[in-house]
Order: sequence, then C-alpha cells, then structure tokens
Amino acid sequence: MLIRKPNDIPSSEITPRSAYERFMARRKFLRTAAGAAAVAGAAAVGLDGVTDILAPRTHAHAQTKLKTVSSPLTTTGEQLTSLEDVTHYNNFYEFGIDKSDPAKNAGGLPTRPWSVKITGKVKAEKTFDIDSLLKLRPLEDRVYRHRCVEAWSMVIPWVGYSLSELINQCDPLPSAKYVQFISYYDRHVEKWSGQDATIFWPYSEGLRMDEAMHPLTLLTFGLYGEMLPNQNGAPVRVVLPWKYGYKSAKSIVEIRFVEKQPHTTWNDQAPSAYGFYSNVNPDVDTVPWSQKSERRIGLPFWQQHRTTLMFNGYGDQVASLYKGMDLRKYY
Amino acid sequence: MPRKYIVLLKVVTWVGCLSPLMLLVYEAVTNTLGPDPTANITFTTGYNTLLFLILSLAITPVRSLSPRLSWLIQFRRLLGLFAFFYGTLHFFTWIALYTSFDVNAMVSDILKRRYITAGMFAWLCLLPLAATSTTWSIRKLGGKRWRALHRLAYVAGIAGVIHYWWQVKPGVLSPLNMTIALGVLLLARPVLALMRRGKTQAA
Repeated sequence: MLIRKPNDIPSSEITPRSAYERFMARRKFLRTAAGAAAVAGAAAVGLDGVTDILAPRTHAHAQTKLKTVSSPLTTTGEQLTSLEDVTHYNNFYEFGIDKSDPAKNAGGLPTRPWSVKITGKVKAEKTFDIDSLLKLRPLEDRVYRHRCVEAWSMVIPWVGYSLSELINQCDPLPSAKYVQFISYYDRHVEKWSGQDATIFWPYSEGLRMDEAMHPLTLLTFGLYGEMLPNQNGAPVRVVLPWKYGYKSAKSIVEIRFVEKQPHTTWNDQAPSAYGFYSNVNPDVDTVPWSQKSERRIGLPFWQQHRTTLMFNGYGDQVASLYKGMDLRKYY
Repeated sequence: MPRKYIVLLKVVTWVGCLSPLMLLVYEAVTNTLGPDPTANITFTTGYNTLLFLILSLAITPVRSLSPRLSWLIQFRRLLGLFAFFYGTLHFFTWIALYTSFDVNAMVSDILKRRYITAGMFAWLCLLPLAATSTTWSIRKLGGKRWRALHRLAYVAGIAGVIHYWWQVKPGVLSPLNMTIALGVLLLARPVLALMRRGKTQAA
C-alpha cells in the first residue's frame, strides 16, 4: 500500500531524534584527530568500555545504515570526496548562506514523519509516506560527480533509485510536460532563510518530463550508505549529475506534474545567470563566473583545478535529450 | 599620546594586520584551509583588502571628531599599505589559482567578467597610492596634489565593494556591512567639512 498515514510508520523504523543527535555528536567528536586517535587506541587494546565512554551509542550509526545494491549507472574512476566535506560544505540557503551553516543549523528539520504529495496532471493525486518511498525499489549505490555553479565540484556516493520508478507509480497524464519539485519550508524551523539573502521560499525546481524520466535522475535517500544527513536534503531529494547543483532540489515535500515550464528559484533570482536547463556547460558562462574549470573539494589548493566537462562528463548518457537545441539559448 | 604608547599600538596594529595572513599560512601548513582552500584564500585576502581600506579611510573623519585623536594619523599609511598588500595577494591568488598564469585567460576574464574588471580597477587605483606612500613622495608632489591623488582610495573602495556585490549570487546580502561602512565614510567627509565651515563662520 502506497498511501500511508504518518501513524502507520512502525516505531522501529523511526530513528529517535536523540539517537541521531548522539550520532552526529559522536561524528563531530571523531572529527578531531585526537578523538579519533583515542578511539582507535582504545579499540586496539580492546577497551570496549573506554570506547563507549569516548563514543557512546555506536549502534545509532548502524540504525541509519541503508540496505543497498550496486548499480551499473555508478561513476567509476573518481576519488570520493570525504564524508566530512560532503556533509559540512553545503549550499542549503534555508539554513544560512555560509557553506558551514547547514551542518550547524539543519538539526531542527523534522524528517519524520515525512510525506511527499504527488499533485497536478496525474490520474489521481496521492501522498507517499517516506517509508513507502524507501521500500518502493531497491536502493542503489550511485557515485556521481557533483558540479556547483560556483565552480566547485565533489564526487559523492549517493543512495537511491531512478526517479522514473516513482513517476511510473504516479500515472502522469499526457498533458504533464514538466515536473516541479517543492522543498520543505517553514520559516520558524528555517529562520536563517530570511537573514542573509532575499529569496522567495519555498524552493522550487523543475525538469522537463524526459529529463525527469532519465535513468540518471536519482531520487535520493542517502549518501555513503546511510540516510541523508539533514544538511544534505533529508529525507528525500533529487540528484541530477549533469546539471548544476541547484537543480537537485532538497527535502522534497511535493512533486507536481505540470503542463508549462514551472518557475525555478534561481531563475527567479537572476534569469540571465540561471537558466531553466542549467546543464553543466564549459562553453556557456554563468554570470558572473566562468564555467570552464572547477575546483575539486577536499584537495590542497595546488591540486584542486579541474577542466569542466560538457554535461559534467555525462554527455554519452544525456546529450541525446538536447539534440537540435541551441544550448547557448537554452542554458 | 605618549610615544611609548604609539610604539606599543604600532606593534599591535602590525600583529593585527598580519594575523589574517599568518592564519592562512598556518592553515596551509597544517592542511586545515577547509574543503575549498582556493576559495578560502581568495575570500580571506579579498575581504581583508576591503577591511583595511575602510579602516584607513576611517582615520581622517575619526580624527576630526576631536583634537585629542590627532595621533591616529600615524596609523593611516600602515593600514592603507596593508590594504594594498592584501589586494596584491588577492590579485596573485587569481593569477595563480584561477588563470594558471595564462595571459589569455586573464585578459578574457578582465574583459568579460565585470566583477573581475571592477576588482582589477580597484587594485590599479591602489597601486599609485602605495607607490606614493613615502614622506619623500608627499614632499615631492606637494601636499595639495598628494591629497588629491590619494582621494583615489575612495574610488578603490567603491570599486572594491562593487566587485564584492558582483561576485556573490544575486540576492545574497553578505557585502552589505562593507557597503554601509563605506557609505558612512563617503558621507562623513562632506558632513564634517560642512560642520567645520559652520564653526569658522560662528567664530
């Protein structure tokens, strides 16, 4: 059964907030080299008790692990960006504009219970509970390059399945030409959203139907084999590896099937800089930045430089979506 | 202000002005520049350029508030030169880490990207100021001409703030504090001049 009321979630499946916080606190503790060394040392001599004191409730870690299968769509031959950087260098403006803000501020995002509304041009509107989404298809490990419009990039092992699997369950009408994603917004929870930037919330993103149906378009629930941390768009987001990062909407509460191209947040901010398509394209500058090259995150400054690839290196898979289109005009 | 305090304050100022660079060097050595070291270096050097430029521009109006603050003049050149110093580091960061010393890339960046045009212009404004910062230059140029030339500091400040606004995402307000500070300083000059005129007329 796909439609479930929040109280149908078995309590065993809900990660208690406190356990998650302990998990995050432990992770923070582990960030310090001394802490890591102490834990390693204690573990080496088998002092389980000491380890427990230094890093309590290690089982909270296991609770957030996701069961995954491998995928032929994963990107190979790239060094992964560290979990630390993936989870502490984020653009999630609802929680502040500094890259380190989301990790600090997103703790209050209420990821359970959570449901995603399916609306618009569909046979029947419905609501998916997050747990039913998690069980809809086997979760796949998919490593993708991630390219931000600010000219930095990462390599992230995401967990999810193709968005098309969900769309097939939604029975969109033939008139559904575009898919719009609406992100969670509550100004009391995301009180940073109005502070350092003037942006109209909630965050809205969109794709053409064929882009949304492309197997690379990932409905994402986790990274590094675990549930998404809040700052990465928990509990469910999309990831589009051939587009600039802002196309990959986070913390999705509604998926709307529409006839006309939906409005998208950054396009509203500056249409000349952020087009609807926003495909990674080294030949088209995005005001004010050049997109010819990028800085790989987590490397020394003399090793960061990378030449940006057309469609972020996914041209073989996605270029056919844009055949015959002038990509300078449809940026 | 007694000389020994001035000396002490100069030491403190030097340490304060060098601390952003020292911190960067320390972070580079300990590999703690953060997830995006290039961006960190660029932001730190650029931010401190504007900060020290604004501090140096604040000296003159603050001094005029009270004769007892006249000793502040002894810090203006130091702050201005540190603005130029960080601006130059910022400039070289761009050359080395963004253009990879490619002259064509530099030229096309300057021509095509307005925020780089503005930044380049700001640095070029600071260049003659740094070059004529010596007492010898003041004497050579004459106080009047030297002062006129050094009004360029305001132009550099305005260009620097525009450069800052043009490189953040539309809607992001982080350059606002610097903008307000510079705006206040730009207004301070004419306001203080008016007040002075009022005083001399009354006397």
